[in-house]
Amino acid sequence: MAKRESSPKDSGARNNQAPELASSEAPSELLRELVAHLRQNRTQLREEWVGRISETRLLTAMTKEEIFAEATSVYDSYVEALETETFEALQAYARNLSERIIPRGVETHEVVGIVLLLRDVLARSLFAKYQTDFKKLNRILDAYEPAANRIANTVAVGFVQERERVIRQQQEAIRELSTPVLQVRERLLILPIIGVIDPQRARQLTEQLLRGIRTNRAKVVVIDITGVAAMDVTVANHLVQTVEASRLLGATVIVTGLSPEIAQTLVTIGVDLGKMNTVGDLQGGIEQAERLLGYKVMAVAEAR
Amino acid sequence: MEVPILKQGEFLIAMFQAALSDADLENLRRGLLQQVVRFRSRGVIVDVTAMDVMDSFASRTLREIAHMIRLRGAETVIVGIQPEVAFAMVQLGLTLEGVSTALDLEEGLAYLIEKSKIAD
Repeated sequence: MAKRESSPKDSGARNNQAPELASSEAPSELLRELVAHLRQNRTQLREEWVGRISETRLLTAMTKEEIFAEATSVYDSYVEALETETFEALQAYARNLSERIIPRGVETHEVVGIVLLLRDVLARSLFAKYQTDFKKLNRILDAYEPAANRIANTVAVGFVQERERVIRQQQEAIRELSTPVLQVRERLLILPIIGVIDPQRARQLTEQLLRGIRTNRAKVVVIDITGVAAMDVTVANHLVQTVEASRLLGATVIVTGLSPEIAQTLVTIGVDLGKMNTVGDLQGGIEQAERLLGYKVMAVAEAR
Repeated sequence: MEVPILKQGEFLIAMFQAALSDADLENLRRGLLQQVVRFRSRGVIVDVTAMDVMDSFASRTLREIAHMIRLRGAETVIVGIQPEVAFAMVQLGLTLEGVSTALDLEEGLAYLIEKSKIAD
């Protein structure tokens, strides 16, 4: 750390939030000078930054024009955040930007990457400008670096938060439309399961089914897993538990639509399916359920 | 708290209260076995609707009651297990193996009547 050696006086004060500088210039003044410099060289620095972005192959999901437009906004927000030392506006902008670019598949490392690039580009310009006055350069960097790091932090956190919000939202949406418990006849329920089952969803499925058994006074339940692509030990065990819990409520469970792959997996991993009543397809399952309930379905007229 | 045992025709009905101590369960087991013999009952219904927790001792006792009563030549059916209780039980591995279950008292009675018809 060359800086620390060159200005030993402020090394103790640096622990403070606002380091008192030895010189007459307060940090805010230095920042103002810095901002003026950035405003003056806006066009050139911005172009250099955009050049660096495409050089490092970040944001490949966006066109050059889009990158340039976004870069302009980011640059201006960046300078503004440096000037006002408030980050709310930048945070809002980062969130807004994330909202727009997340659906296009922009990754976290790209966003962090471009902000760090901007930081480096600006720092380089400062080196170039103050290369004759080393002490001043140090003081300017003392003012610039914490602010720049905080900006990078703000943008990255904003992006990740937005991403997490999107993920949460989607999970909720999936959960909501995931599991209907349907009554097809008096005392006969079917539960078609489609998609991936994670432990949380499996739990929810079971709860819904047990509640459905109680409210519909069901005696037979057909669980159809035709739409389930894969099954692991946890989910298979959960299925067995669901079957047993249903039995405790006095309902018989018939599982239908086990694909050959799932059947093979279940046998290979040794899940105890002895207690499970399985039938090849949904139709067969419903027919067996009707037999259990004493229904007999027959055609009254010949179908045309 | 004692568990009341009601006689209903050929069947006995035991109604569980909310909180039962292990001693209560022991008393219930003894009482049920005696009365099955005394009344020559053909079936026993144990109603656990009021129970919101089922521990391993309670579930083991229920299973034992059912198996002992079978040795006496009668059927047992457990009714009224709450959905949450059922789920908690299977997670703890308490699955009441070999014991008949039904949704509620009505279902349990229907089940026993059906069973005794077949036996006749």
